[in-house]
Amino acid sequence: MKDLTLKNVSFAYPGGFKAIDDVSLLVKGGSNIAIIGQNGAGKTTAVKMMNALLKPTEGDVLIGDMNTKEHTTAEVSRIVGYVFQNPDEQIFHSTVESEVLFGPKTLKLGLEEEDKRVGEALRITGMEKYRQENPFDLPLSVRKFITIASIIAMDTEVMIFDEPTAGQDLNGNRRLAEILRYLHEKQKTVITISHDMEFVAANFEQVIIMADKKIVRAGTPKEIFWDFDALEKAKLKQPYAARICRLLGIPGNIICPDAAADAIMNGYGS
Amino acid sequence: MGDYAIECKNVTYTYPLAENPAIQDLSAGFEKGGFYGIIGENGAGKTTLCVILRGFAPDFYKGELTGQVLVEGKTIPEYKTELAAKIGYVFQNPFNQISGVKETVFEEVSYGLENFGVPVDEIEERVINVMQMTDIEELAYKSPFELSGGQMQRVALASVIVLEPDILIIDEPTSQLDPEGTDSVFRIIRELKEKKKTIILVEHKVDLIAEYADEVLVLKNGKLIAQGKPEDILSDMSLPEQGVALPQVAVLGNMLRQKGFPIDRIPITEKQAAEEFQKAMSRRSGRP
Repeated sequence: MKDLTLKNVSFAYPGGFKAIDDVSLLVKGGSNIAIIGQNGAGKTTAVKMMNALLKPTEGDVLIGDMNTKEHTTAEVSRIVGYVFQNPDEQIFHSTVESEVLFGPKTLKLGLEEEDKRVGEALRITGMEKYRQENPFDLPLSVRKFITIASIIAMDTEVMIFDEPTAGQDLNGNRRLAEILRYLHEKQKTVITISHDMEFVAANFEQVIIMADKKIVRAGTPKEIFWDFDALEKAKLKQPYAARICRLLGIPGNIICPDAAADAIMNGYGS
Repeated sequence: MGDYAIECKNVTYTYPLAENPAIQDLSAGFEKGGFYGIIGENGAGKTTLCVILRGFAPDFYKGELTGQVLVEGKTIPEYKTELAAKIGYVFQNPFNQISGVKETVFEEVSYGLENFGVPVDEIEERVINVMQMTDIEELAYKSPFELSGGQMQRVALASVIVLEPDILIIDEPTSQLDPEGTDSVFRIIRELKEKKKTIILVEHKVDLIAEYADEVLVLKNGKLIAQGKPEDILSDMSLPEQGVALPQVAVLGNMLRQKGFPIDRIPITEKQAAEEFQKAMSRRSGRP
């Protein structure tokens, strides 16, 4: 499994607007991490550099020992898959099936393997029932799952999901949690950007907080959601369970409702 | 009977070529000055209900509508084009809101007022005020098409608020916003309510609906399956069976109740939860 490394990376868009300022980061192969932070903090720019959609204007991005500067985006995207924030920037086929098949076809895997990949990707994303439909007849929240299926069918070692929780309902979020578990079992490295603190608290081992073009803090959800300094810098809030525990003065860096319920009962019983 | 901004009577609507109606026999009243949260799983008919209330369906989307939609007591055809000034509509996809004919965000936010023939001085004043309110001043000279999803959502909201309509229908305005941006949108909506506007909001973030809305409507498969006060609807533990999340504090409250923690009611907001849990704990410690 390849580690993903950002070494003193900066990025300025043409015209000079700096979106990332001297960021260093190591993502261990096989880890499941979330990136959180305000709109405009640099999250999307950072992950677009990980699959070489953007190349750093300073510093290096390494996938294993492969420097993205020395490879084309096509080469890097076989190892690092990126699901766009806006599915409409990604989808361009007239059926769900052909959209998901497009990636595997470019890998020249043979028909049998292509079918297997597409079938599995549609199954795990819950998109089987839409196989022959036109993606643009389906709601935005469903189109997001089609774009996720497209990347899963590529079976890349690293996968990046940009705001998959946006606009999802209860079952959409449950489905996403299942997809993350499935990919983790397959030892994929998964990097997810999200604004949903409850979802992040429940589904990730590692969380990175970004603010103002930089990484403010990296740690476990328990660490970062009780680091008020970092949360303040990124203008983020604790998940609700943590907020209640804080109000009640319950120790233990709790971030999930079930742990909060246990702790409140313990305090109550003693 | 209430003084309704919008009233639906037995509304059934079917999109062109669709086999089944997207909205079925829906009756609901939206009182003037009320803040209504519409929740439901994706595909339940929330957006369709919004386009019906605004008159886009069937006028623009075609299809077939039976039943009656009354806006301040008059049918939609009676309004002709005047409905545009009466009801502001914020689209789910902000990209659909942007006119495409303006080169800067400032001009984009001005566009509606220009069409209404508002004097230039007044346009400037109103646009500047709204841009401050929605925190998009720094985007004034940017092209509407250079914006991030979250920025575009705020521009779309601003371009509707500036028109000062009596009724606002707002479809998932915070889906791409960070937590702070989301809070600020809810604060803006509350300010609009304080100005006696009627607000109809589609939103998945039930924790915030719990805090802000006067009334909640739950849709499923095109039907209105529940309508009532947030404290009744959002403390109902069967809500997840309808594909709708419960507020986080309600989940916690329910877990505690099942463990025998003596709370009087299931809280739906952070404030209620803290009060309710503290009350139960102090009762316990008050025992000999």
